[in-house]
Amino acid sequence: MAEFFQLLVSGLATGSIYALAAVGFTLLWQASKVINFAQGEFVMLPAFFILIGTQVLGWNFIVALLFALICTLVLLGYFFKRVIIDPMLPHGVLPIVIATIALGIVMRDSVKEFYSAEAQPFPAVFSEETVSVFGAVISVQDIAILITSLAAITLLQVFLTRTRTGRCMQATAQNRAVAEILGVNVKRMILYTFLINAALALMASVLISPIYLAKFSNGQSIGLIAFIAAIVGGFNQVRGALVGGLLIGVIDNLSAAYISAEYRTAFPLILLIIIILVRPQGLLGTAEERTV
Amino acid sequence: MRPMTIAGLAVLGLLIVLPFGLKGYGIYILSLWIVYSIAAMGLNLTLGYAGQVSLAQAAFLGIGAYTTALLMKAGYPFFVGFGLSAGICFGVGLILGYPALRVQHHFLAFVTLGFNALVWLVFRNEEWLTGGTYGLMGFSRPSFFGVSTNNPVVFYFFSLALFLLLAFVLWWIVRSPWGRAFQALRENPIRANSLGVDVRRMTLLAFAIGSAYGGMAGSLFAPLVEFIDPQSFMLDTSLMLLLMVIVGGSGHFFGPILGALLVILLPEWLRFTEGLYLIIYASLVIVLLAVCPSGLLGLYERTAAAVRARSSDRRESAGGSAP
Amino acid sequence: MNSASGNVLRVRGISKSFGGVHAVNDVSFDVQEGEVLGLIGPNGSGKSTLFDCILGQLTPDTGEVYVGGEAVAGKRPCDLNKLGIARTFQMLQVFPEMTVLENIILAGQEHHGGMLSRLFGKRDAGLTEEADEMIAFFRLSHLRDQRAGSLSYGQQKLLDVAMAFMAGPRLVMLDEPAGGVNLTMLESLKEHLKVFNEERGATFVVIEHNMEFVMALCSRILVLSNGAIIAEGTPEEIRNDPDVIEAYLGA
Repeated sequence: MAEFFQLLVSGLATGSIYALAAVGFTLLWQASKVINFAQGEFVMLPAFFILIGTQVLGWNFIVALLFALICTLVLLGYFFKRVIIDPMLPHGVLPIVIATIALGIVMRDSVKEFYSAEAQPFPAVFSEETVSVFGAVISVQDIAILITSLAAITLLQVFLTRTRTGRCMQATAQNRAVAEILGVNVKRMILYTFLINAALALMASVLISPIYLAKFSNGQSIGLIAFIAAIVGGFNQVRGALVGGLLIGVIDNLSAAYISAEYRTAFPLILLIIIILVRPQGLLGTAEERTV
Repeated sequence: MRPMTIAGLAVLGLLIVLPFGLKGYGIYILSLWIVYSIAAMGLNLTLGYAGQVSLAQAAFLGIGAYTTALLMKAGYPFFVGFGLSAGICFGVGLILGYPALRVQHHFLAFVTLGFNALVWLVFRNEEWLTGGTYGLMGFSRPSFFGVSTNNPVVFYFFSLALFLLLAFVLWWIVRSPWGRAFQALRENPIRANSLGVDVRRMTLLAFAIGSAYGGMAGSLFAPLVEFIDPQSFMLDTSLMLLLMVIVGGSGHFFGPILGALLVILLPEWLRFTEGLYLIIYASLVIVLLAVCPSGLLGLYERTAAAVRARSSDRRESAGGSAP
Repeated sequence: MNSASGNVLRVRGISKSFGGVHAVNDVSFDVQEGEVLGLIGPNGSGKSTLFDCILGQLTPDTGEVYVGGEAVAGKRPCDLNKLGIARTFQMLQVFPEMTVLENIILAGQEHHGGMLSRLFGKRDAGLTEEADEMIAFFRLSHLRDQRAGSLSYGQQKLLDVAMAFMAGPRLVMLDEPAGGVNLTMLESLKEHLKVFNEERGATFVVIEHNMEFVMALCSRILVLSNGAIIAEGTPEEIRNDPDVIEAYLGA
């Protein structure tokens, strides 16, 4: 029982990080019908911006974090939209799928080539101590990660529903033409979405890198799990992505411990396939109108 | 169409002469191109003609490769493995097609992507059958009528012959009423259904035939590389095959063949850049897609149409100015 | 094949609701061999939903549909098409990347031979001649080898209708054939439909907003309002029916 509880908590912690990536993914999809196949690399890369700050330039962590924030917003937010997405959007789904896959490769191999192919230790943001709760050993870091991610997603949700800008963003996501008629600056709202996605990626990167170390190849599994989380939860819902992320984190941990470590990655995939076939709108999602 | 035929014959002539001017590695690359072309042609039927997104072609390449390798290790002749690979992949493709009846576009991409990842896990984990990460080796290249294909040139011509046969079959399919029904499926499935096209059956067939091509390509892949491991059939390979179809021009018969050439050769040409090659390669892909999202043959077609339009404009204006 | 009564289509008690809204409410009617039945009604009165229920595009909540006496519940649109019912859609639906000829051949090919003969047989399924006649009949011969997507809206509309006729259907259901078509094109469309009805004995059900078009073409008219049939009769009777005027003009 104690072991189960431990697995549950650490599953929820990693799951909440997946949720950050999944939420960004969902927002992008809503706002501009972009599926970012480089989302995993978006989470992998910011950790290296920070490492460049702390190790190469010798800054302290906070300055490096600010530096990483700027780099992330500019490169993974603004330039990603302007250079990759905007020119290809008119040509349908497939060119973007391939272009973002290619972008992921560029990011992955750039880190490998220009920084390091080895996994890099990454400073923990939170205490790495453990506490004992009813006989279960719980890591303080896990709890802190869980709280931080949940707080971030809640804040985002409040921003989207309670502020004027947030509501404009939602209007844009729901019906672009109507939003435009209502005087919403649609282009700006979409840009905001890309920036928020980048910021969420940075956050996920800072939280996950102390656990898995920073490595160029981290993005592949994170990206796949973020997709799965987004789809399982409901592609058109922020809280769907949250639930999906937590669920996948827990399933991943529990199935690895209790069913088969070798087929660990298979369980989220099987869940994905079942969900798509049985409930394509996701667990919390509402059915989108299907186009012909 | 005419210039296409001439170009096709010229290329065929080149393909027959070329291996005699190449060293071992060059012939290997050429054979690899042929094998990937077969898999990409199949994907082109599923994706390009019938409009069904699939990110699982590498899984079929793998199923074909493992089936053939295992059977050849057990002493069966190559064509038993080849036929069985095609048959198994046809069947599995049929099953994989079912999700396409429920979901489309990106959802289908994810289902097929998930399928590929699952098949890869089986290749990696079921060591008793597939050798796990150690892979399989120790199966010889096939021989026919006493002629062994151990010689790379002989194996190349053997692959080329199979490739031509399979290309002809596919050409026949896309030019038949089936091909028209596939295209109708891509352009407007609801209208096609109301005109009597059995959309369910054609969707499943598009997957099954495309997958069978993947399996047959895998069947050739195994004796070509003489060592197979799960790494060769990861998602990356599926994406590479998708790239071949898109870059060449999806829905064009020769598109995937041209795309495969580019996707196989580009890394070879970029080899001198060493570690940078994947970065340059992927960047080139992005640029290419930004410039011509309909692929190389799409670009060719558009340019040709523009040239035709301009010349006919000129003719018209010339006629108009005549007294 | 046809039942003794001469009914091509019998619709009995069809209802369909979406989230509590009754789009179609207990609709029954017959279509006789050789007639042109008009289906009119204000926007949102359930005409297209009724079509979709009859043609297997949607599954009705209740009710039966019989084609030539045979119940067709659960049949898919392609099966119904093979039973001899063709349709067009409200939104224009041609295959834009195919040529006009290919569009027309596609519309006929599934009615000739089995699956295998369509793979191993002739590329045009032996239909080129018939398709050319159809194209000529709709005066599209000069566009035969053009991409359908490059045609004008009216020409595409003609092609859309021509496709419905290609399989030699016993009943053609047209959803707003005149919508968005200019006047000359409209006249020619009307003439074509008349020829098909009078000379070739084709049976039609036509949804249409253009009253002039409906009145000129139809022998009998059903009026749908809020998902239910509120009037039925000849064009003359409908024109003077106070309920109909009420449905169109009233709240």
